[in-house]
Amino acid sequence: MPATAFSFTDEQRQFRDVARRFLGDVSPPTAVREWMESASGFDPAVWDRLAKELGFCAIHVPEAYGGQGFSFVELGIALEEMGRALLCAPYFSSAVLATGAIQHGGSEAEKMALLPDLAAGTRRATLAFTEPSGGWDVEQVALTATPVGGGYRLDGEKRFVLDGCTADFIIAVARAPGSRGADGLSLCILPGDAKGIERRPLRSLDPTRKLAHLTFHGARAAPLGEPEGAAAPLKRALAEAAAALANEMVGGAQRMLDSAVDYAKLRMQFGRQIGSFQAIKHKCADMLLEVELAKSAAYRAAAAVAEDDTDAPALASLAKASASEAYLGAAAACIQIHGGIGFTWENDTHLWFKRAKASEALLGDAAYHRELMMRHMQ
Amino acid sequence: MTEPNEAGVRAQARAWLAEHWDAERSLVAWRGMLADSGWGMPHWPEQWHGRGLAVALSQAVDEEFAQFGAVGVAKMGIRLLAGATLLEHGDDFHKERFLRRILTGEDTWCQLFSEPGSGSDLAGATTRADLDGDNWVVNGQKVWTTSAHHADYGLLLARTDWDAPKHQGLTYFVLNMRQPGVEVRQLRQMNGHASFNEVFLTDAKIERPYRVGAVGQGWRIAMTTLAHERRGADGLRGSARERLGEGRIYAEEAAETATLMEPYKWYPQRAGRVDLVLPRARETGRIADPAVRQAVARLLVLARSAEWTARRARADQELGRPQGPEGSLGKLAASHVARAAAHAHTLIAGADAMLAGDDGPLDGLIAEILVSVPATSIAGGTDEIQRNIIAERVLGLPREPRMDSGPFRDVPRNVGG
Ligand SMILES: Cc1cc2nc3c(=O)[nH]c(=O)nc-3n(C[C@H](O)[C@H](O)[C@H](O)COP(=O)(O)OP(=O)(O)OC[C@H]3O[C@@H](n4cnc5c(N)ncnc54)[C@H](O)[C@@H]3O)c2cc1C
Ligand SMILES: Cc1cc2nc3c(=O)[nH]c(=O)nc-3n(C[C@H](O)[C@H](O)[C@H](O)COP(=O)(O)OP(=O)(O)OC[C@H]3O[C@@H](n4cnc5c(N)ncnc54)[C@H](O)[C@@H]3O)c2cc1C
Repeated sequence: MPATAFSFTDEQRQFRDVARRFLGDVSPPTAVREWMESASGFDPAVWDRLAKELGFCAIHVPEAYGGQGFSFVELGIALEEMGRALLCAPYFSSAVLATGAIQHGGSEAEKMALLPDLAAGTRRATLAFTEPSGGWDVEQVALTATPVGGGYRLDGEKRFVLDGCTADFIIAVARAPGSRGADGLSLCILPGDAKGIERRPLRSLDPTRKLAHLTFHGARAAPLGEPEGAAAPLKRALAEAAAALANEMVGGAQRMLDSAVDYAKLRMQFGRQIGSFQAIKHKCADMLLEVELAKSAAYRAAAAVAEDDTDAPALASLAKASASEAYLGAAAACIQIHGGIGFTWENDTHLWFKRAKASEALLGDAAYHRELMMRHMQ
Repeated sequence: MTEPNEAGVRAQARAWLAEHWDAERSLVAWRGMLADSGWGMPHWPEQWHGRGLAVALSQAVDEEFAQFGAVGVAKMGIRLLAGATLLEHGDDFHKERFLRRILTGEDTWCQLFSEPGSGSDLAGATTRADLDGDNWVVNGQKVWTTSAHHADYGLLLARTDWDAPKHQGLTYFVLNMRQPGVEVRQLRQMNGHASFNEVFLTDAKIERPYRVGAVGQGWRIAMTTLAHERRGADGLRGSARERLGEGRIYAEEAAETATLMEPYKWYPQRAGRVDLVLPRARETGRIADPAVRQAVARLLVLARSAEWTARRARADQELGRPQGPEGSLGKLAASHVARAAAHAHTLIAGADAMLAGDDGPLDGLIAEILVSVPATSIAGGTDEIQRNIIAERVLGLPREPRMDSGPFRDVPRNVGG
C-alpha cells in the first residue's frame, strides 16, 4: 500500500484542526460536567452548531441522501476529536449506529426518507439492539415483532440503548415469533414517544453517555428494509460502529496520556519533578506505545471501512480490542500518576476513566472482539 | 524530469532484471553489477551505488527482486550498519574503500561497541585509542560482538580523551580485525548458538585514514549506527529466505548463509516467528481452544498494529512531514510482539513446549523461538533504555539527575572497567 494509505491528507489534517478547535471551545471539562448531570445529557445549542456549522452528522452520508459524501476516515477523525474532548452529545447513537443501520439495512426509498434529517441533525435516532442478556451478537435478540397489517407489534425489552430517552425515533431489532439465531430478524422503526414504549433512563457508570431501558408492550412499528433479512446488514453496521468507537476511544486515550505527561512535568516530590522518576517515565513511555498502536489500528480499520475492504469487520474488531485496552490503561495510569488528587471528583481524570470503562464494554469487550477477529481469520 | 513514480520504478527494475539476470553468474560478480547500476541500494545516492530513490520506492524494488527471484546485494547483518554509517559520516576514502565490498559481500563486519563495563551506558567505554606516530594503538576489551569471528572489519568506539566529559572523549574507527592485536573468543548463548564474542584488543593498530569523523565526535556517529540498528531491527532479524532456485548464484548465496551469515541464523526466531503462529494453531488443532484463540488474537493485534505504526512513521517521512512519535516505538513494540509470539507458541505447543531438538515441535524450531526471544529486549539497546529515550526525547519528561558529568577520569564506574 502507498504511503498515503498510512497518513492523513492535508485536507483531513485541516479538518482535524477545525474539529479540535471547535470542540475545545464547546466542550471544556466544565461543560462536560454541566451536561453530564443533565437529564438529556447534551446541550441542544452545541448540537445545533455541530450539525449546522460543522455538518458533523452528514460527514460520511452519501450526497444523494443529504450527506457530505466524505468517507469513514473523516468520520473517524471527527469521532477521535469528540472522544478527546469527551463531548456529551447523542452523536454516536444517531450519526453512527442509527445512520449505519439505515444505510445498510434500509431500502432506497427509506434511505431517501430518513437519512437527510439525520444528516442535517434536525432529527435524531438510535439503534435499540442489546437486551437484558447483555450480548452483542445479533443472535441474542429476543424482542418479538409480530406482523400486523403492513407493520409489526413489538413485545419485549431493550437495554443499554444509547440516548434511548431522547431519540426522536428508534430502530429496534426484533425477531419473528418462533425464529432463532440469525434468522427472522427485522429492523423496525417507530417514534421514540410511540404508544406502547416505556423509556427509562439507566444510571450509567459513565454519565457522559446516556443509556436507556426500553420496554415494549405491543408498540406499533413500521418495517425498515427487508423483513426478516436484518442479520447481515446489522452485522455490517455493528462492525463499522466498532471501528468508529475505536476511533473515538483513541482520542480519549491520547488526552489521558497528554494529561499524565503534563502533570508529571509539573508535580514535585522528593525535590524533583515526578516525571524524572523512572517508575513514572516508563509508565508514560508504555502509555505512548499502547496509544500509538491503538491509533494505528483504529485508523486502519476506518480506512478499511472507507475502502469497503473485505477485511473491514476483522480490522474493526482488531481496532476495538486494541482501543479497549489502550484507553482504559491510559486512563488508569493517568489517575495513578496524579496520586491522591487523581482519585477526587474535582480532578477531571475520572470523567475520561469512566468513558473508557463504559466504552470497553460497549459493542463488546476486548476478549469478545479478539474472538470475532479470530473467526474472520480462520 | 518528473518525480519517479512507483509503477515506473517497478517496471524499470523488472526490465533491468530481465536484461541482466543470469543465475549462473557468480554471487560477487552479480552483486557488483547491482552496486554499479544502483539497483542494489536504490535509496542510496547515485554517486554511491544507489539511484537516489525514496525509501518506499526502494522497497518496491525489493519486492520486484523477490518476485523475480533475483538475489540482492549483501543486506544482512552488521555490514549494513557499517554501510549506512560510512555513507553518512565517512569521507571519500572510506566510501571508495568499503561501500562496494560491503554490498558485494566480500567483506564482513562487526560492531565493537559494548564492553564488560559499559553496555547500556555505551558512552562509558574504556577501550582506549592512543595516537602513536601515524597509527592509533588500541587497548581494551569488547564483548557481545556479534559475528566478530567472521569479521574483516569492526566499527569501533574507543576513548581518545580521558579528561573530556564522557560523551566528548570518544572517537569512531574502522578496525581491521585481521591483525595480531585482535583476539576473538566465541561465547555460547543461552540458545546454544555462539554468534557473539569477546574481543580482546592488545596494541591493535589503526592507520590514520581509518578514523571516521573528527576526534571526539565518536558518540554522534555511534548514534547513527544505533539509529539504523533500531530502525532496521526487522531487517536484521528477517533473514534466512528460502533458497529460491537452481543455479550457481543460489548455491553461492546458500553457502554464504551457512557460513558467514551463520551467526544470524536464529534471528528470525528471536523476533518470535509471528508468521508460524496461525498455521501452527490450525495444524495442531489447538485453534479450537478459547485460551489459545485469545493468545493468538492478542499477538496478531499487537503485531499488525506495530506494523501499521511503522508504516505511519515511514509515510510521514516520505511525505516530508515532521516525524511523529511513532518512529521511536518500533524497537519497544518488537519486544512486546516477540514475547506475545513466544507465549502463543507455548500455548499452541502444550506439553511439547518442554521439548527441544528433534524431539521438539518443528524439529526444535519452536524451542529455539522460546529460548531466543529474550535477546530481543536486550540487543541494540534494552527495553528500559528505549523507555528512557521515548520518555525524555519524545514526551519531553525531565532527565534523571546525572552522576557522570565532569571529566570521564573521575566518573564512578565498574571495578576493572
Ligand atoms: C482513598 C484515599 C485515602 C487516603 N487517606 C489518607 C489518610 O487518611 N491520611 C493521609 O495522610 N493521607 C491519605 N491519603 C493520601 C495518600 O497517602 C497519598 O495520596 C499518597 O501517598 C500519594 O501522595 P500524593 O497524592 O501527594 O501523590 P504524589 O506523591 O504527588 O505522587 C504522584 C505520582 O508520583 C509517584 N511518585 C511520587 N514519588 C515517587 C518516587 N520517588 N518514585 C516513583 N514514583 C513516585 C506516585 O507513585 C504517584 O504515581 C489517601 C489517599 C487516597 C486516594
Ligand atoms: C544477541 C545479542 C547480540 C548483541 N550484539 C552486539 C554487537 O554486535 N555489538 C555490540 O557492541 N553489542 C552487542 N550486544 C550488546 C547489547 O547492546 C547490550 O547487551 C545491551 O546494550 C545491554 O548492555 P549490558 O548487557 O551491558 O547490560 P547493562 O547495561 O548492564 O544492563 C543491565 C540491566 O540494567 C538496565 N539498565 C541499565 N541502565 C539503565 C538505566 N539508565 N535505566 C534503567 N535501566 C537500566 C538494563 O535495561 C538491563 O535490564 C548484543 C547483545 C545481545 C543480547
